[in-house]
Amino acid sequence: MQTVDTKNQPLLEVRDLRQWFELRKFVFSRAGYVKAVDGVSFSLPRGEALALVGESGSGKTTLARTVLGLYKPTSGDVIFEGLSLSTLKHREMRKYRSDLGYVQQDPYGALPPFMSLNTILTEPMIINGVRDKSEQDRRIREVLEEVKLTPADDFINKFPHQLSGGQQQRAVIARAMVLRPKLIAADEPVSMLDASVRVEILRLLRRIQEEHTLAVIYITHDLSTVRYFSERIFIMYAAKTVEKAPVESLLEHHFHPYTTALLAAIPDPDPENAKKFRDVPAGEPPSLVHPPSGCRFHPRCPEAIEGLCDVKEPPEFEPLPGHTAECWLYQ
Amino acid sequence: MAEKLLQIRDLYLYFRTMRGVVKAVDGVNLDMNRDDALAVIGESGCGKTSLIRAILRLLPRNVHTYKGSVVLLDTDIMKLSEERFRTNVRWRRMSMVAQAAMNALNPVIRVGDQVCEPLVVHQGLSKRDALAQAAEVFHLVGVPTDFLNRYAFELSGGMRQRAILAMALVTRPDLVVLDEPTSALDMLTQANIMNVLKGIKKDLQQSFIFITHDVATTSEISDRGVVMYAGQIVEISSAEQFYLNPFHPYSQKLMASVPTLKVKKELEFIPGQPPSLLNPPVGCRFAERCHRRFDMCDQEPPMFTLEDGRQVKCWLYK
Repeated sequence: MQTVDTKNQPLLEVRDLRQWFELRKFVFSRAGYVKAVDGVSFSLPRGEALALVGESGSGKTTLARTVLGLYKPTSGDVIFEGLSLSTLKHREMRKYRSDLGYVQQDPYGALPPFMSLNTILTEPMIINGVRDKSEQDRRIREVLEEVKLTPADDFINKFPHQLSGGQQQRAVIARAMVLRPKLIAADEPVSMLDASVRVEILRLLRRIQEEHTLAVIYITHDLSTVRYFSERIFIMYAAKTVEKAPVESLLEHHFHPYTTALLAAIPDPDPENAKKFRDVPAGEPPSLVHPPSGCRFHPRCPEAIEGLCDVKEPPEFEPLPGHTAECWLYQ
Repeated sequence: MAEKLLQIRDLYLYFRTMRGVVKAVDGVNLDMNRDDALAVIGESGCGKTSLIRAILRLLPRNVHTYKGSVVLLDTDIMKLSEERFRTNVRWRRMSMVAQAAMNALNPVIRVGDQVCEPLVVHQGLSKRDALAQAAEVFHLVGVPTDFLNRYAFELSGGMRQRAILAMALVTRPDLVVLDEPTSALDMLTQANIMNVLKGIKKDLQQSFIFITHDVATTSEISDRGVVMYAGQIVEISSAEQFYLNPFHPYSQKLMASVPTLKVKKELEFIPGQPPSLLNPPVGCRFAERCHRRFDMCDQEPPMFTLEDGRQVKCWLYK
């Protein structure tokens, strides 16, 4: 592997990434593609938390899984520490994966029920060449300490079903952390948990992120948690990132009509809510097999410009420095 | 107005399990007026789904204890025979939208036939009349009426949820119980469904019980908030009181853990876990996790009714 100057370059760069899944009819003939991610570019510096927000089927999980190297991209490139993923050989790919952690949505489903925490946490180390028993043990204790499953001795021999939901999610985070990754992808890490535990887990993730200057890709459909737990936010709609901005900037000025709709749809606990109707566009997200021509939001958009939005796909405009929107209103 | 719709007194529902008796609903008292929307809020395992199962008498086989009284208008529905309850009350006067019900539509029966089924079964209407009424309700919940002839898989998630809602409304029951009606839906779809519910409440004066763990969503429709913890109701207060200034320490902590979009606040969480319902602690059940615990809390607090009409099960408000 070549060494490059890693000081100023972003940890991760994604260039015009497309991830299409083939649809087949009668096994052999092609019936088209599900365009799950369709032209996404961004770069992620070390230590930054990036939130991907979108509805189900908007491609946020696929994007994360492609970055994790679980899918081979249809086109475009993922560049991690200056190396393109597509050029990595088998062994380098393994090294790459050890730099990544993955926190799944459903902690109980993500932990093998027949393994004790000790085995679950040892496994990634065996695969990635941490063979020394005392080193393994030291790291397990360290990581359990970090996710506050303490005293470690009480937990080390427990099985997943003996833990509460919050503890299970801590165990999943511990597993993601045990190889000391540089990037963690957290896919709806708290959506299966109760409200009172959610904040606890998100805070834990945040603290770990800051202590280890980790980059985090935080996937969620819950825009209201984002403001507390990330620096930048991407709004995804129908396989595209329609708006990218620093969190505070997005909450102050939202440019894309879809973002506006999303923000309008989210209630804060307030008795006034019951007295008024919410101003949200009707309809559903489009099919990703045959997405609408032009801007994908135009059939639902209250501000669509006829003859433009339904014909030409909008490029990225930058109405504020560092704040971009794929919308013709800002050309 | 203010006609009493539902009065629940000392309702208990215990389940028999391998490890002992689970006290899922443990002495619940609750009153509800017509045209009232009640939000029952609590974490998973606090007994909120069991509570509505007890109200609707949808009981599993392992029931250990089921007692108390549930009076709907003037009938004590706990005293009715199962057959009478089925023909006269369930779905006719009380209906329900179960959790993730949109996935429970029968895939091989047309949506319209499913939606009008309660009318045919419970009210003995002819198929044609029933379908006409179903079309009316479809219009009400915002589903195009030609969807009556479609199958469930031809509908999107939001449309299926509306169809399910139509099924619960088609008999024009006195009370509709919604168990997490929007938790599996996307944000925009959820807001659309909430708009539909608000419209129905406004136009038909429909009474709702709305069960969820999502505090922010409940504020969309509720007139009153009911907080459950470990099988018991710990606070009942009006929406204004509840969302702005809850009284029970558990409600306060719960409210503080809800992330808000418009204002930035310091988020809190509740340390520890809810107690096991197999063997709930004596005294206040929240005491172990409570930040305002004092000596009295070793004894179980009764429900205190305050001057402003709030009910709080906490010694602080003696």
